[in-house]
Amino acid sequence: MSDSAAPPESVAERRYLKSARRRIGRLGGHGGRGLVIAIPYLWLAFFFLLPFLIVFAISLSEAAIARPPFKLVEDLGYGLYQVTVNLGNYLFLLTDSLYLVAYLNSVKIAAISTLVALLIGYPIAYGIARTGRAWRNILLLLIILPFWTSFLLRVYAWIGILRDNGLINNFLLWLGVIDQPLPLLYNDFSVYIGIVYSYLPFMVLPLYANLERLDPSLLEAAADLGCPPWKSFLTVTLPLSLPGIVAGCLLVFIPAVGEFVIPALLGGPDTLMIGRVLWNEFFGNRDWPVASAVAIAMLLLLVVPIMIFQRYQMKEGTR
Amino acid sequence: MRRRSTFLLTAMCFGFAFLYVPILSLIVYSFNESRLVTVWGGFSTRWYGELLRDEQVLEAALLSLQIGVVTATAAVLLGTLAGLLLARFGRFRGRLLFSGMVSAPLVMPEVITGLSLLLLFVSAEQLIGWPSGRGMDTITIAHITFCMAYVAVIVQSRLSSLDESMEEAAMDLGARPAKVFLVITLPIIAPALISGWLLAFTLSLDDLVIASFVSGPGSSTLPMVIFSKVRLGVSPDINALATIIILIVTVFVIIAGVLMSRQEKARARDAQRALQTQD
Repeated sequence: MSDSAAPPESVAERRYLKSARRRIGRLGGHGGRGLVIAIPYLWLAFFFLLPFLIVFAISLSEAAIARPPFKLVEDLGYGLYQVTVNLGNYLFLLTDSLYLVAYLNSVKIAAISTLVALLIGYPIAYGIARTGRAWRNILLLLIILPFWTSFLLRVYAWIGILRDNGLINNFLLWLGVIDQPLPLLYNDFSVYIGIVYSYLPFMVLPLYANLERLDPSLLEAAADLGCPPWKSFLTVTLPLSLPGIVAGCLLVFIPAVGEFVIPALLGGPDTLMIGRVLWNEFFGNRDWPVASAVAIAMLLLLVVPIMIFQRYQMKEGTR
Repeated sequence: MRRRSTFLLTAMCFGFAFLYVPILSLIVYSFNESRLVTVWGGFSTRWYGELLRDEQVLEAALLSLQIGVVTATAAVLLGTLAGLLLARFGRFRGRLLFSGMVSAPLVMPEVITGLSLLLLFVSAEQLIGWPSGRGMDTITIAHITFCMAYVAVIVQSRLSSLDESMEEAAMDLGARPAKVFLVITLPIIAPALISGWLLAFTLSLDDLVIASFVSGPGSSTLPMVIFSKVRLGVSPDINALATIIILIVTVFVIIAGVLMSRQEKARARDAQRALQTQD
């Protein structure tokens, strides 16, 4: 093939050869292929897909005082079983305003946090992408480093900073700007801070990956043609970085909607988020069917953003 | 132009300060003598001593480390297969479903994953008697499932950024696929496997929500113990624990960074040498 005496292949020929190889000579082209496919496939089917079906089934069951505390299949004896389908849990979610409020509040908190993370993250990603090679890796490392340390402990750090006699209040009191500590902790404000803080790396990294690929000659061309920097940013950089923005926003928004740890540690008693409601339903009330119904409803809410994210992932994978 | 770069610089400084002030405050206050976390009572290491005498914390840390090692190893094995499948196997039946199952755990809210796995374990126990009770095994299985997705994505992106020509050449020369994988593909993706292992280990060590759902009595992982302590308010020994974790992670990340940049340079040099000898 790479015999230097042979004439160079035409493009069509090369393409044909490549596709022929693809059919016969890929890594997955021979025996053992089935086994390699089966192992991860079955694992995920059993431990990821099947559990969702079970959650759905149990969301249709009735709560019962038993172990486990639900009743889906009833043994009538003589080998007969009765399956009761019960939509009551979903009706309950619709009628009790607690759940609706929690849903809307989760979406609101997640959306605002995503926007703030974008506003803080974009300049960081842009700045890193324009830094020289030697510094760039160090800055990237600094973005990734907090991600490797415990999430729980980083959220906990904010308690010490935001509480009544915490760092910020003490500092402001010492300056004399305020004479009463500001209520910074155990409310929606601290939840916003916690989410933005925890998920900022997830915003910066896809944005950086995108901005790094941006061809600087495009901006030079715009400048040569007399375009002011702010305008070339708005008309060239921003539209080209849209895939990175979408990826970053989804990576922040989707997990933030279902966040439990941050509202539990930093939120007030009236900070309702759906992940926390599910947790309380499960661990507090031990109502597994309602908790399952909450999970299914949350999944319905997230199905569209998750699909967009997967399409993006696939596009990235084939690139 | 100048004005924008000062804007950028300020924004970056603010961003990095935002990321690091909380971490630094944890470290500083871990050396505080006073029990009141925000009142400085002088330098002391007494909280480290108290932490090391806390058996509940030590036991939980040991359990978490065990789960983390098993999880990371299994997740790398399964995740590599999954990544290979996505990057090198072309079309196969159910590929769309498979790629969905691989990338969904990356964004799935933890409460949903935790609840669904718990219900699976409970139902399986009722039907086939396995797993009898919940504890370390169920936590490990749950962690493997969501960690392997991360490994798969890393391996897939590493493989798809690579040229297939070397693998093809080996196969043209008659090597069997298993041999091609072991001799060619595996060494090339080794760095991705190492970072995948470390990522899986960290994620497993860090997980509170999923572990809380699928653990049983007597098997509290480190995050579960921390959470129950932190819920009651600030406690200085947790600051000491945080400092230890941050120190270990920082050392590891710096070593990894140095190794990686050295390797990158070596690879660039080899490539250049190969080109020169070809001429």
